[in-house]
Amino acid sequence: MRKGLSWFNVTSIALGFAFLYIPIVLLVIYSFNASRMVTVWAGFSTHWYWQLFQNQQLLDAAWVTLRVAFLTATVATVLGTLAAITLTRYGRFTGRTLFSGMVYAPLVMPEVITGLSLLLLFVAVDIDRGFWTITLAHITFTMCFVSVVVQSRLVTFDRSLEEAALDLGCTPFRTFFVITLPIILPAVISGWMLAFTLSLDDLVIASFTTGPGATTLPMRIYSQVRLGVTPEINAACTILIAIVTVVVIVVSIMTKRQELERQRAERLAAAG
Amino acid sequence: MSTGVTEKTQKTIGGIRRTFAPWNDPQAVPLIRYQNVTKRFGEFVAVDNLSLDIYEREFFALLGPSGCGKTTLMRMLAGFEDPTEGQITLAGQDLVGTPPYKRQTNMMFQSYALFPHMSVWDNIAFGLKQDRMEKGAIDARVEEMLKLVKLEKFAKRKPHQLSGGQRQRVALARSLAKRPKVLLLDEPLGALDKKLREETQFELMDIQMELGMTFLIVTHDQEEAMTVADRIAVMNQGRLVQVDQPAVIYEHPNSRYVADFVGDVNILDATVETVEPGMVTLRPVAAPERRFRIAQDCAAKPGDSVAIALRPEKMRVELDPPADTNVNCVQGEIWDIGYLGDLSIYHVELPGGVRVKAAKPNLTRMVERPITWDDKVYVYFSPDAGVVLTS
Repeated sequence: MRKGLSWFNVTSIALGFAFLYIPIVLLVIYSFNASRMVTVWAGFSTHWYWQLFQNQQLLDAAWVTLRVAFLTATVATVLGTLAAITLTRYGRFTGRTLFSGMVYAPLVMPEVITGLSLLLLFVAVDIDRGFWTITLAHITFTMCFVSVVVQSRLVTFDRSLEEAALDLGCTPFRTFFVITLPIILPAVISGWMLAFTLSLDDLVIASFTTGPGATTLPMRIYSQVRLGVTPEINAACTILIAIVTVVVIVVSIMTKRQELERQRAERLAAAG
Repeated sequence: MSTGVTEKTQKTIGGIRRTFAPWNDPQAVPLIRYQNVTKRFGEFVAVDNLSLDIYEREFFALLGPSGCGKTTLMRMLAGFEDPTEGQITLAGQDLVGTPPYKRQTNMMFQSYALFPHMSVWDNIAFGLKQDRMEKGAIDARVEEMLKLVKLEKFAKRKPHQLSGGQRQRVALARSLAKRPKVLLLDEPLGALDKKLREETQFELMDIQMELGMTFLIVTHDQEEAMTVADRIAVMNQGRLVQVDQPAVIYEHPNSRYVADFVGDVNILDATVETVEPGMVTLRPVAAPERRFRIAQDCAAKPGDSVAIALRPEKMRVELDPPADTNVNCVQGEIWDIGYLGDLSIYHVELPGGVRVKAAKPNLTRMVERPITWDDKVYVYFSPDAGVVLTS
């Protein structure tokens, strides 16, 4: 195998990264711009970050978003995990195809349609739209993602582990909590994080299902951008990017460490 | 590798092994009874109207090819499957409908099924904790089990930090910890290499004797079943074909199926000529001019078509005819030779085109052996070497 990269490889990687990251880098740079004009550089400043923390509307929106995302992720994880267990464990029950279709429909449904149909439902049953309707809508569309992630783990789960627990005198209910759940926990946590981020940046469904007093961050940003991009928005986005980056890095370091630990342990076992 | 069994107990084991035969005692009460048990999965009949008694302290093996129903039979005892029809009792209690977590049986799984997120110690203590045993008693029992399987130093390790053989021991210790009435072993040594497997077989026997427990093992490996078990049940298509001690299964198989499944065998078609008490004379199809005499009581009548089962190690291959005229003899030509080191297997073609295998121990250090390819040889065996099979 040849070592090093040909000029073709280098160029394509450079172009690829440029295409993906130049917009983000620009956004980050201009969030530190002293000028009010987004496109004119007038020196370094953290002014817009101060401004941002004085913007009560944006802070309120951020708080609503976090609450919605947290609640959504938690409920969707519970429901999605239960759906995944039902689909993998209970074989061919009546209505299985229908059930599995219903669970996965939101995965392929255009967001506009999901949003619109939920809006019609909420209007029909006459619920006051706001925080709770957004949360319900988000649970509906994120649950299937959790279900997919957990199901893919359950498919490779060795059933004899549960049988061993039952055989040793553990009731089925306890077996789920002391054996099954701890083993599939990484998948459940991934599912939770996936649901959390999906809820965090959803604009379309939130717009359809919201009401007075409940504005999420993406909605607030979008409505402000319509009046022109302000450096304040750049600052808000930079903070979001920073949070996401930190989380991703932490998770990958943790995974990497676990992997190394496991390999070390296996070498140890093989030796001794 | 010994299992910490003292010399004294080893001496008593011999005595117990020699006299242990509750299945011959009409007074003995079986510990496990399968009565007319049938298990169907949809159209497929896994176990077909089967009855079987297993006695306390017995090491019992279910032997058969995959799909013969042996695992289903065991899983019904553990409680993972319920019989479609029939009754299973353990120590007089009807088990049907009792969930696995309320049965006094424990199972060692083929995959070991060790809980990956728990240490060796916690794996072994798991069953004891379910019984709400007090802490001190749990600690003592786990220590004892670790000692039994020689893993005291590994208590804090996780399963993935152990070698295959060590995992197998943890699985064994975990399933023994609750002192079950019956220990079920599902292909317990399948994942180990040959040498380790043979060592472990003897360890299993010692542990079984030391603890005085009833072991039920499922295996497709006939050598394993022969080594460990007091009795073997050979299964085929959901039915028992023969249930007996290993030596009886090997030396007196009751059918072609058993003869063929257990060990290496030559099966020769033959016609019965005369039947006397303790002696049958037959005309082999492969060499019609010859007569074979087999020392056996036989239910067949003259003229019946039967089969003669001959184990390769009971046949001799020589360049000269036998001196003793009482033995059965047939001439043939060496077709092929398999040199195994300790034995050589000679494939001999008989005049009718039938090939038989004869094993010959290599008693001397010789690279060039006197018998070689295409040699004309005499194959012979004594009247008590073969078995007449009518089914």
